[in-house]
Amino acid sequence: MTDYNFAYLDEQTKRMIRRAILKGLAIPGYQVPFASREMPMPYGWGTGGVQVSAAVLTPEDTFKVIDQGADDTTNAVSIRSFFERTAQVATTTATAEATVIQTRHRIPEAALTEGQILVYQVPIPEPLRFLEPRESETRKMHELEEYGLMHVKLYEDIARHGHIATSYAYPVKVEARYVMDPSPIPKFDNPKLGHMAAIQLFGAGREQRIYALPPYTQVVSLDFEDHPFEASKADHPCGMCGANDSYLDEVIIDDAGGRMFVCSDTDHCEARQAQGHRGKDAA
Amino acid sequence: MTPLLSVQGVTKRYGAHIGCADVSFDLYPGEVMGIVGESGSGKSTLLNCLAGHQPPDGGQVVFDTRADGPRDTVRMSEPERRMLGRTDWAFVHQHARDGLRMGVSAGGNVGERLMAVGARYYGDIRHKATDWLARVEIDESRIDDRPTTFSGGMQQRLQIARNLVTGPRLVFMDEPTGGLDVSVQARLLDLLRGLVRDMGLSAIIVTHDLAVVRLLADRLMVMKSGHVVESGLTDQVLDDPQHAYSQLLVSSVLQV
Repeated sequence: MTDYNFAYLDEQTKRMIRRAILKGLAIPGYQVPFASREMPMPYGWGTGGVQVSAAVLTPEDTFKVIDQGADDTTNAVSIRSFFERTAQVATTTATAEATVIQTRHRIPEAALTEGQILVYQVPIPEPLRFLEPRESETRKMHELEEYGLMHVKLYEDIARHGHIATSYAYPVKVEARYVMDPSPIPKFDNPKLGHMAAIQLFGAGREQRIYALPPYTQVVSLDFEDHPFEASKADHPCGMCGANDSYLDEVIIDDAGGRMFVCSDTDHCEARQAQGHRGKDAA
Repeated sequence: MTPLLSVQGVTKRYGAHIGCADVSFDLYPGEVMGIVGESGSGKSTLLNCLAGHQPPDGGQVVFDTRADGPRDTVRMSEPERRMLGRTDWAFVHQHARDGLRMGVSAGGNVGERLMAVGARYYGDIRHKATDWLARVEIDESRIDDRPTTFSGGMQQRLQIARNLVTGPRLVFMDEPTGGLDVSVQARLLDLLRGLVRDMGLSAIIVTHDLAVVRLLADRLMVMKSGHVVESGLTDQVLDDPQHAYSQLLVSSVLQV
């Protein structure tokens, strides 16, 4: 299939997106507006992430897509085959072999290295959106660093639930300047955002925003002094590979209350099983 | 003594139409100034210009800041002005809905200004919020309820608590009792009078209700068509009005 330009988008569009990416990298956490294109998929399925991936892919890249940590879900499979067709890049499911990883809602368990790029799909880039509906006002708040309102949300959590109940899309402060929505990753992944060796790019297609974290950026999760941030996960080992330190999905296995916990990162789980690790539910 | 707020020649035009013209006065610490006039006389325009919500077309609004002494807030940078807006200044809106976050609990509403100036200790914020709810006579058990479940008078009292929690020195009030029934108005006025006296607040109150200024204000300005037509001590202006419009205003009050 050679009817498409490399990686679907035309060169001028990719240039425009790369400019936005560079600006985002220069101002970590700042939301750069860009002229998002109509993509051959519905909004909410990763149009922002796909455009960012298309702009950074080169023919030599190895591409990996994960959706909630899994390589084999609909979203991941279709985006992977999209770039197989339009860019003829090599694809992989192994985190360590990939040079560009597009992700929805997770950061891979394996530590990423310099030279890798992690592209996030972002539904709502504005962390203050549900507290202050006026975009003109939230921009002003970012401009003037008025972030008291973000703590009002955390205050409400504690007042209602006794602890900070926000468990995903947990707001972070980047380099002591911009408050950023890390996309809906579980807060378990928040500590990995900071001081990461890989480049992290965030694309929101419908909202037309790109933001970025260059390697080794300081990222702090917001909290109260007497209610500090805690990265949480289900308190179980993985049923398939026995891992104690990975983020788990709860899977209902029958209609009698039976359930199992299994790594959400399928590549991590399979690699561990290949090394001979076994959990209690492994066949 | 330096005035807390010194206003000189503040003018605001809406195209050819005059919002308010050439208003000047000094407000000293602990003083309460009333601004009365009919609808469309430029009271709210003036208040918005003073509080930095609207840029005036001309004139100076010099505020005696804690750190740097008297500064012209019109020419101040926006971050500084907004900082004043959540520390030394407070603004009580006529409609509590404009001044409250309706989707956030009462405690969160009171705590917002504290968190905006850097409070990061949940226990302290909670404690201060509880304390302030008690001071405006809202039951402590309502702290986690949203303002949507409050009555109009309670919402107005919550708005006042939310504004006064950071210990401002100057409060702007735009018709604080508008839209409330008379018995609730009386309670609110009582509360306001107590708070203003206890905290030594200075205040500028815009209203068309002469009873409000009689109770709260030390001095009074009467506005008509954007101009100040008469000013002086409250009792003096109300008991012995000189300008024809002030006379009309005073005589228009219904006697029960």
